[in-house]
Amino acid sequence: MKKKELKEVETTSRNIKKRTIISFSVFFVLLVAGFWGWKWLNRQEESDGALKPLRTVLNANEKVNDIFFSKNHLVKEYPKSKAEKDVRVNGDIGMGDNFDATKWKLNVARHPESNSPDSMLLISLDEIMKLPYKDMTFNFKCIEGWSQITNWGGVKFSDFLTHYHLGTHSGKAPDPNHPEDMYKYVGLMTPDSAYYVGIDMKSIMHPQTILAYNMNDSILPDNQGYPLRLIIPIKYGIKSIKRIGYIYFSDTRPKDYWFEQGYDYDAAL
Amino acid sequence: MIYWANDIYRVGWGDKTLVKFFPDWFYSVFNLDSHLANGMAFHFFFMWFFFLNGTVYVLYTIISGEWRLLVPNRRSFKEAWQVLLHDLHIRKYEPPSDKYNAAQKIAYTSIIIMGFGSLLTGLSIYKPVQFGWLCTILGGYEWARIEHFVLTIGYVIFFLIHIIQVIIHGWNNFQAMVTGFELKKVKSVPIAENKTTEEIPAK
Repeated sequence: MKKKELKEVETTSRNIKKRTIISFSVFFVLLVAGFWGWKWLNRQEESDGALKPLRTVLNANEKVNDIFFSKNHLVKEYPKSKAEKDVRVNGDIGMGDNFDATKWKLNVARHPESNSPDSMLLISLDEIMKLPYKDMTFNFKCIEGWSQITNWGGVKFSDFLTHYHLGTHSGKAPDPNHPEDMYKYVGLMTPDSAYYVGIDMKSIMHPQTILAYNMNDSILPDNQGYPLRLIIPIKYGIKSIKRIGYIYFSDTRPKDYWFEQGYDYDAAL
Repeated sequence: MIYWANDIYRVGWGDKTLVKFFPDWFYSVFNLDSHLANGMAFHFFFMWFFFLNGTVYVLYTIISGEWRLLVPNRRSFKEAWQVLLHDLHIRKYEPPSDKYNAAQKIAYTSIIIMGFGSLLTGLSIYKPVQFGWLCTILGGYEWARIEHFVLTIGYVIFFLIHIIQVIIHGWNNFQAMVTGFELKKVKSVPIAENKTTEEIPAK
């Protein structure tokens, strides 16, 4: 009886030794793997400003977000009285000095890689102002972390596309029942081509995406993108391009200024 | 990392700022200045590890039954106070403890709740439109951001206390953290020795 007890104790202490060695081995391996993994990650090449594995995950995250996207998910709108009068100015890329507003017209390319004259559309601000008006007060969110309740007015992007029969391969007005006819992306660019964004068609067609020419009920100030800017509340402010010069359509991602600097492409909220 | 571009968080009142998040030295020490895109990319990469690690850990504690040792009970809050006094060397009496003492139980359970909170607040500020309902429940976009940030500061504090405690409690304790069985080793070995000395003459 006593002998048996003794043996039990011995087994336990041998077990303890064995388990200690195994545990510390695993601990050490994980430590080395973590350290090595970190080094490996930082050694990787960059893809559009982000380390490749990070870029892969950012792209995958966008696919996950796509699952939850719905055009019925609206940004909260506030009464106009809540809108900030002192609107923050946070970027002037593409807003160069040699811009002649009197000569400005919106250039729209109906189809990519087509240089035929009837494929290009020149639209004046007056014409855009004749389209149905949409006024909106919402919390404008910057990727830098701040947000501000601001008021904007203009035309819904979807109304604009419908009116001019844009964004489709067939040249008809976009029809939500025929998504296959729509180009996958819209590209927008400043007149000097210095700032440019690409936006997926679903987000462009969102009922709160507008081509804005008003802020707080008066015409856009220069530093807010006079004469025409994009306001897209379902994305960070980096996508709300000021002073639009060109609009074009594409089935592949149009180039995007901040994407090239390492941000995710869709900047979706 | 994600907050570099705007120091929108601060501790203070009125126009008086006591601490701003983050002070300039913070950015220079950690070489974070102007690395917002980089920071965000890492953030949205490692969030998956955070999520998976937390999920696996919680599942393990449930399946193994370890949660019983981790979740505080009625006595824990009173005992945790005694643990604190003991750790601060205000009181000599060592409070009762099984695998974890009361303060540990509260800390290790809170950190899981905090982790869960980080997932929810994080999701709500990452996609405040698609998860608008979540954002609303958490008090709106600004509040959810603050909650997410405060939780993060909470981890830093937890981490610092944790490391300090590990250093104070020495090698045996550290070994136990890795192997999972300090109590048996430290306390049973002398017993085993006693037994051996008793039993040898009996042979």
